[in-house]
Amino acid sequence: MAERDLIIIGGGPAGLTAGLYGSRAGLQTLLVEKLSPGGQVLITDQVENYPGFPEGLSGFELVEKMTAHARKFGMEEMNGEVIGMEYHHPEAVTVKLADGNTLAAKAVIIATGAGHRRLEIPGEEEFTGRGVSYCATCDGPFFRDQEVAVIGGGDSAVQEAIFLTKFASRVYLIHRRDRLRAVKALQERAFENPKIEFIYDSVVKRFDGDESGLRSVTIENLRNGKVSDLAVGGGFIFVGMVPNTGFLKGVVDLDGQGFVITDEWMKTSANRIFAAGDCRSKPLLQIVTAASDGATAAFAAEHLIYGV
Amino acid sequence: MADDKVIHVTDADFETTVLGADLPVLVDFWASWCGPCRAIAPVVEELASEYDGKVIVAKMNVDESPATPGKYGIRAIPTLILFKDGQVVDQITGAVGKALIEAALTKVTS
Repeated sequence: MAERDLIIIGGGPAGLTAGLYGSRAGLQTLLVEKLSPGGQVLITDQVENYPGFPEGLSGFELVEKMTAHARKFGMEEMNGEVIGMEYHHPEAVTVKLADGNTLAAKAVIIATGAGHRRLEIPGEEEFTGRGVSYCATCDGPFFRDQEVAVIGGGDSAVQEAIFLTKFASRVYLIHRRDRLRAVKALQERAFENPKIEFIYDSVVKRFDGDESGLRSVTIENLRNGKVSDLAVGGGFIFVGMVPNTGFLKGVVDLDGQGFVITDEWMKTSANRIFAAGDCRSKPLLQIVTAASDGATAAFAAEHLIYGV
Repeated sequence: MADDKVIHVTDADFETTVLGADLPVLVDFWASWCGPCRAIAPVVEELASEYDGKVIVAKMNVDESPATPGKYGIRAIPTLILFKDGQVVDQITGAVGKALIEAALTKVTS
């Protein structure tokens, strides 16, 4: 079993930045990614808050630049799905892949990110891909001149609601509270958009439709308990994230929501295993904080491996 | 390149190439503006090589060929549909890992 210095699991901004810092520090670095590099950034239409790009840039562009940057310093890549890992005394971690292979390194950085949270309500699974969606940039164009609902009130929900007005004739933004949680700049843009209608204090109880797809959502107003149906062809759900850490139970300590607990060196509870990016328990899940985590984790791994 | 094994189908040749095929056909419905479609592309190419001779792997651009995705009610991409003898055997929505797609392919090849 060939042992490397550093294995990074996941090729989003955290993993790519760890790859850049690790390989630039002279560590023999391998990035293992299930799909192709990018992660959630790939579904972001326009990135407006990554420093150094005042005009904004597309998620595609940013991923391409980050990948090229990490490759420049010699980072290796492979396609694979990690299903487990284990620390071996004194200084190795083995990583198990779904295809049965095993890899080994002196240190591992977990950068598996997070995925969309589901509402877990009737009809959600049935109509996923037939009206229910978690990706406006992927599926928005299928809803040209239709009315759609967006569920959520954070940055993602508001940004995607604005994006969807490029296609949909009307966008209902359904939020459980009496005001949005998104940053002011996004809120203002949404308020100015004549195609967006706000439905506050309300939750979606179920999705209904027929063989042609989604037809309506059932909404409950939490203030007065009134239940009503809203006719929409699309339901876009943006209600937070769940970490991709299912394979880490019993390997490293996780918080109540499944995010990996680390110290400020990105060290997990397990020897020689670090975590970075959206899979880590922390207050702000953003591209810039993912990149920051990746840099710190690679730096910590470098210190560990070189013993300085 | 592994990509050589993937064929490209359109509304015009879907019926003969996919529905009329002797082998099972996995169709990847995609578009250039779809990030997860890009993410899943290398996995689809790998499968095309690995299942060469057992499963035909095809891609259909939903912008260039809107009729077929419409007919199958596709309103999300990437969507992978596995056809056998002209019938839908399995449908997978979203960018999923290789193992999940292979599980579907195994059902029609073993």
